[in-house]
Amino acid sequence: MENAEILIEARGLSRRYGPRFAVNDLNLTLRKGEILGLLGPNGAGKSTTMKMLAGCLAPSSGEVFIKGISLSENATLAKRHLGYLPEQPPVYPELTVDEYLRYCAGLHGVPAGERAAALLKAKQSCGLVEVAGRLIGNLSKGYQQRVGLAQAIIHQPPVVILDEPTVGLDPIQIREIRALIKQLGQSHSVILSSHILPEIQAVCSRVVIVNKGRMVYSEPLDTVAAQGVVAVIAGFRKAPEAGQLEAIAGVGGVSALPGSALLRIAIEAGADPREAIVEASVRGGWGLYELRTEGKGLEEIFVELTSGDIAIHDTVAATLPEAA
Amino acid sequence: MSMVLTIAGAEARRIFVSPLAWAVLAVLQLILGFVFINLIIDYVRSSQMGNDYLGVADYMGSGLYGFATVLLLLVMPLLTMRLFAEERKSGSITLLFAAPVSLLDIVLGKFLGLVAFMLAALLLLALMPLSLMFGTHLDFGRIAAGLLGLLLMMMAFGSAGLFVSTLTREPTIAAVVSFGLLLAVWLLQILSNQDFALAPLFGYLSLTSHFEGMRRGVFDTSDVAYYLLFTALFLWMAVQRLDLERV
Repeated sequence: MENAEILIEARGLSRRYGPRFAVNDLNLTLRKGEILGLLGPNGAGKSTTMKMLAGCLAPSSGEVFIKGISLSENATLAKRHLGYLPEQPPVYPELTVDEYLRYCAGLHGVPAGERAAALLKAKQSCGLVEVAGRLIGNLSKGYQQRVGLAQAIIHQPPVVILDEPTVGLDPIQIREIRALIKQLGQSHSVILSSHILPEIQAVCSRVVIVNKGRMVYSEPLDTVAAQGVVAVIAGFRKAPEAGQLEAIAGVGGVSALPGSALLRIAIEAGADPREAIVEASVRGGWGLYELRTEGKGLEEIFVELTSGDIAIHDTVAATLPEAA
Repeated sequence: MSMVLTIAGAEARRIFVSPLAWAVLAVLQLILGFVFINLIIDYVRSSQMGNDYLGVADYMGSGLYGFATVLLLLVMPLLTMRLFAEERKSGSITLLFAAPVSLLDIVLGKFLGLVAFMLAALLLLALMPLSLMFGTHLDFGRIAAGLLGLLLMMMAFGSAGLFVSTLTREPTIAAVVSFGLLLAVWLLQILSNQDFALAPLFGYLSLTSHFEGMRRGVFDTSDVAYYLLFTALFLWMAVQRLDLERV
């Protein structure tokens, strides 16, 4: 993965509206075969970032390279390698799905002879075959979203940028679209934004968290998972003394979980005393009925990085010299 | 260039699958038909009008096409408002902005799509006087000059409307402003009647003054050049405006 071709590179990307930075000094590198998840609270600058990456908005400073081609200097050539699904699917309600997709294929330079095949493939990928002859305006929000997605992939671009691709879809469609994105990620690189943390965890290989226009976290998801188990939550019918649990090797401390009968058993770094706890429970007849790990998951990282005032002070301080 | 045609094709298709275009054409045809009948009755009643100097094509052509310009001034903003303002409002403009096409391709494509509608309107306008072919002799040159004038006039209206449409995201505002703009350029003619130094200049810049000749069957390249330059200017301004928007 490390030496795969770099498909998107953003350097020092900033966008300001008046004195306010929507995106501030963002750097991104995306290699072939990667799926990057862009996370952030509302108004964090996700959509602005994606607009700039897709060439729909010029950055105030910084540059974007797509397959090594500068988006500001050679926009038309760079955009050839790009598929973009904005927040609102860019569809024409008065056209049928087929008419619309044929137009998109032409617009993205798919040769006339290959358009029918490209159309069919995009429709199959996005589950649009049975609505191909219907007017887009008469389709439900979920189907319109799928049409938007089909539009982004019809020309098989190396880079696909998807702004909240699963909004408005039902759970089955969401699964299908996730599978599609995963499949896309094998031969293309995909950037997607989402509010839904499990979605990012399910499909992405790397996660970037933005807050107040700044990138606050950028790690492969493997790293997130490896940060590992910090505690075990256990439920006992006949709870033992805290001392009995602390006697087990690897247990750091025991505390009651607020609001429930469960116990939170802190773990010493590197240790995994779960089996020992089960054995001890069987021997002592504690009636263990629940045992699960508490990791420092994406959600904890997300909440930690995006809530609280620290980040706000940070951004205000950063914008002040600019405003003055 | 092929991109311009691709965009123009889709644009024309979208214009003709929307009821708006057909409603506009129907209303246009109804009102012009009414004017047409009225002109015929007038012509027949006052038989002394037809002489060596004023034929039926002169009378019908110039009367009908003179009136048509006013109607077109009213309806073109309705068609141009959708070009950018409506697309921006619905978000579908992103499709074009993210596609590997230049802003010039987008503007020219949309304009050519609109020209397809203009040609449809022109066809209807041509058929009315041509229907007299069966009863009398027509001066086809005069009618052709009038139609060419109308097409050039519509292109001027369309380009100005297209430019205004790039300024806003509210279709109604685009329609009102382009109507106002067209009327203002139209009414420059009034200023030219006043007695002051710049009067001839205003007369020259007015949209109407250049149509007068063609309506009478006079083909003057300077009139044609005026309309083409007017159209090119506004299309160029639209490209500049869209370029500013991304920055």
